[in-house]
Amino acid sequence: MVCEHKHLLDVQNLSVSFRMYDSGLEQKELKVISDLSVSIDRGEILAIAGSSGSGKSLLAHAILGILPENATARGNMRYKGEIMTPEYQEKLRGRQIALVPQSVSYLDPLMSIERQVLGAGKNAKERKPALKNIFGRLQLNESDGRLYPYQLSGGMARRVLVSTAVIGDAELIIADEPTPGMQKQQALEALKIFRELADEGKGVLLITHDVDLALEFADKIAVFYAGTTLELASSKDFRGGEASLRHPYSKALWRAMPQNGFEPLDGFQPYAENLPSGCLFAPRCEMCSERCKTEIPEMRELRDGFVRCFHAT
Amino acid sequence: MNELTIRRNKAGQNIKETRRKKMNRRTKTVILTVLIAAVIVSALLAGLLISDEAVAIDFANAKQKPSFEHPFGTDWMGRDLFARTMKGLSISITVGVVASAISAVAAVLIGIAAATGSKALDSFVNWLIDLVMGVPHLVLIILISFSCGRGLKGLLIGIAVTHWTSLARLIRAEVLQLRSEQYIAVSRKLGKSNRWILVKHILPHMIPQFVVGLILMFPHAILHEASVSFLGYGLPPEQPAIGIILSESMKYLSSGMWWLAFFPGLTLVLIVILLDHLGDNLKMLIDPYSAQE
Amino acid sequence: MTAKRIISVFFRYLVRVITLLFAVSVIAFILVSLSPVDPVQQYVLSVGSVSPEQRAELEDYWGVNDPPVERFGNWFRAIIHGDFGTSLLYRRPVIDVIREKFVNTLALMGCTWIFSGLIGFGLGCVMGANKNKLADRILKKICLLLCSVPTFWLGLLLLLIFSVWLGWFPIGFSTPIGVLNSEVTIWQQLHHLVLPALALSLMSFANVALHTRQKLIDVLESDYVLFAKARGESRREIMRRHGFRNIIMPAITLQFASFAELFGGSVLAENVFSYPGLGSAVSAAGLNSDVPLLLGITLFSALFVFTGNMIANLLYGAIDPQIKESYANE
Repeated sequence: MVCEHKHLLDVQNLSVSFRMYDSGLEQKELKVISDLSVSIDRGEILAIAGSSGSGKSLLAHAILGILPENATARGNMRYKGEIMTPEYQEKLRGRQIALVPQSVSYLDPLMSIERQVLGAGKNAKERKPALKNIFGRLQLNESDGRLYPYQLSGGMARRVLVSTAVIGDAELIIADEPTPGMQKQQALEALKIFRELADEGKGVLLITHDVDLALEFADKIAVFYAGTTLELASSKDFRGGEASLRHPYSKALWRAMPQNGFEPLDGFQPYAENLPSGCLFAPRCEMCSERCKTEIPEMRELRDGFVRCFHAT
Repeated sequence: MNELTIRRNKAGQNIKETRRKKMNRRTKTVILTVLIAAVIVSALLAGLLISDEAVAIDFANAKQKPSFEHPFGTDWMGRDLFARTMKGLSISITVGVVASAISAVAAVLIGIAAATGSKALDSFVNWLIDLVMGVPHLVLIILISFSCGRGLKGLLIGIAVTHWTSLARLIRAEVLQLRSEQYIAVSRKLGKSNRWILVKHILPHMIPQFVVGLILMFPHAILHEASVSFLGYGLPPEQPAIGIILSESMKYLSSGMWWLAFFPGLTLVLIVILLDHLGDNLKMLIDPYSAQE
Repeated sequence: MTAKRIISVFFRYLVRVITLLFAVSVIAFILVSLSPVDPVQQYVLSVGSVSPEQRAELEDYWGVNDPPVERFGNWFRAIIHGDFGTSLLYRRPVIDVIREKFVNTLALMGCTWIFSGLIGFGLGCVMGANKNKLADRILKKICLLLCSVPTFWLGLLLLLIFSVWLGWFPIGFSTPIGVLNSEVTIWQQLHHLVLPALALSLMSFANVALHTRQKLIDVLESDYVLFAKARGESRREIMRRHGFRNIIMPAITLQFASFAELFGGSVLAENVFSYPGLGSAVSAAGLNSDVPLLLGITLFSALFVFTGNMIANLLYGAIDPQIKESYANE
């Protein structure tokens, strides 16, 4: 899978592992993301959808180069075709790539909202007009800028977090679960802003567990499971239903959506500590064969999308 | 290949190295703990076993500098300072052990009572802790010692009274946390009595806390013991607690007998450091997560 | 709003302090009563000869012939009116002795407080920002070592080095009883202050440093610092914008809350250096059975500690918006 043209962001075979303490001071390595490949182009929203605990946030942290000290990332990441070294990542952070974090705990509890949204640096003050504009778009009052994080409601906090990313001139926005806690209307509003940003030519990586909401705004959806992507489909495919999807897990996800029967999938997502040796989805898959249990399938192209399955047609 | 792979290789090696080092950290901790405990116990025994002859007055050998014969030197009455120090140390350790044991037991009882009892009891305990923390410990110990007419009793009570507060707070928080655990709720739903839950679920969890809290209390207790006897409270001068040896040494500082002050103090510091390490190691063995940094 | 809140917190705390102080006086009185030492007898012994009237007056003050509760009531009433009795050691009203000694102790503790606070905070920041690097590891070892050293031994070592060997300071610092405070020059006072203040500071800064270090490490590992990093803030900017903001208040609060240890430390330092403050007075009072002085200083030290705690609480409430809110919601 070699891509010749330059993606805005291109992640190839990314693995992230942690050094962890087991009970009794023994150390071991825990692979949280394995062999993950995604790419985003300008003008595009890519949603990474998967249930919680599947390591999605770490993907965001890996791209930004802000993984904790006991984590190691392997693989290839390129931004505008250039390899992302730690130095390059440092240059990109907050300037070219912006993060919309998960929760209000990502705001300094002792600093007013306005100062935090404006950010550090000499030109923080110059962003004030932009702040007014963005607050308006996100239905925040200008006076909200004087509040402290603990005074924000859940929805307000999300919108403040979104505003931190929008205010810079970043070309790539990584939004880590930006909508939970918002009312439907506000969530749509926030996503609409991401859509507008994408239409302006920026790339948006939307990390979410809400496939339903992602469908409406994303161009492509990467189905994330136990630390890797199982399928890359256009959101059109998801709207098209089970038949146009490729991976059994994506199909199950589709069936689990309220409007499609609300049918839950049996079993649990494997924890990073005891991943199956073959296909990660094999233990829960009805199409599972002997081969699936021993060999990890590669990502392969199928009907204008990608799938990680031997049997998908 | 490129910069990134180089960094990764380095990181990969780092992982391997630390892994090998940390793999046997537990064993190392165990060995270290046993060694420290052995040193402390032998210091205690040495002090108890040294005969009174070794610290007998011998004016012929008075005011000698440290030598092979007298590693810590001799004092103005010719008593061997090393023997005196070891004796003093064993007294200090004994006092520290007894006082902190009393204090730790009290802390556990008070902490559990505060967490499981009524709200009024809880706020009373909090108030009591504020009270004990409100008077500088040395002043309180002086007062208690005065009330007992000085001597060992006052010293023990004083140290015990001033040391239980932080462990009691810890135990209280721990029990409150335990009480909110699901399995406790399940037990309660199953109709188990509070007493049953206390004995079966809560007390077993408190034992490691108790042991670690007790050991971490030792060094403080010993330092307080030394301080109070230095001030002239506590033990009578015939019993050479470290504090008393140091207090006596003050009179001879100006005559240049530096060893009188230096060695006993240094020994005390060493024991305190060892006890601190012992506590930290035990904590690491019992509760690896909290001890991790 | 804020002012109102602070006042309400203040009053709530004041009530607590008053109950605590009352409890301290009850307990102190009981402890003193339990002592085998009889305050009247002690006075008579120390003065030599007393007229029957004086003796009656003393017995009246201590209520020797009254039941315990009444005895306490009388004594407590006297204390409320500022009558702490007469010190046996100094032959003066206890309140005057405390006032005079407290000035000296305050000078000692004040110097230590500021010095150890600044050094401790600075070192803590250095350690926290360089977590697990060589500088941090060395400084941490030193701090932990200092925590295991008894104050009085450190004082003895300082005396050995600076007085005996270098001869920079005289060994006997004590101003003999009877020499008035006004006869001692400021220079002499400063001269007397240096070594005890140094000993006390060395004892206290380690604690502040270790605390600040841990606090800074917690802050640097927080989500909001991670986010600041994600937004491209440099290490310097993060320290300036988020680090100090989040650790300065805990550090100041800790300093105010450490009055008890400071006082305890100064008891030892004052004794080693024969510094004429409350600390040496309290231990002398206990050794010489000067009951009025012992009681007076106990109460005074408790008042001092509670004041520190109250300032700590108020400061925290006034500056930390989250605490401010929780007060309002109480």
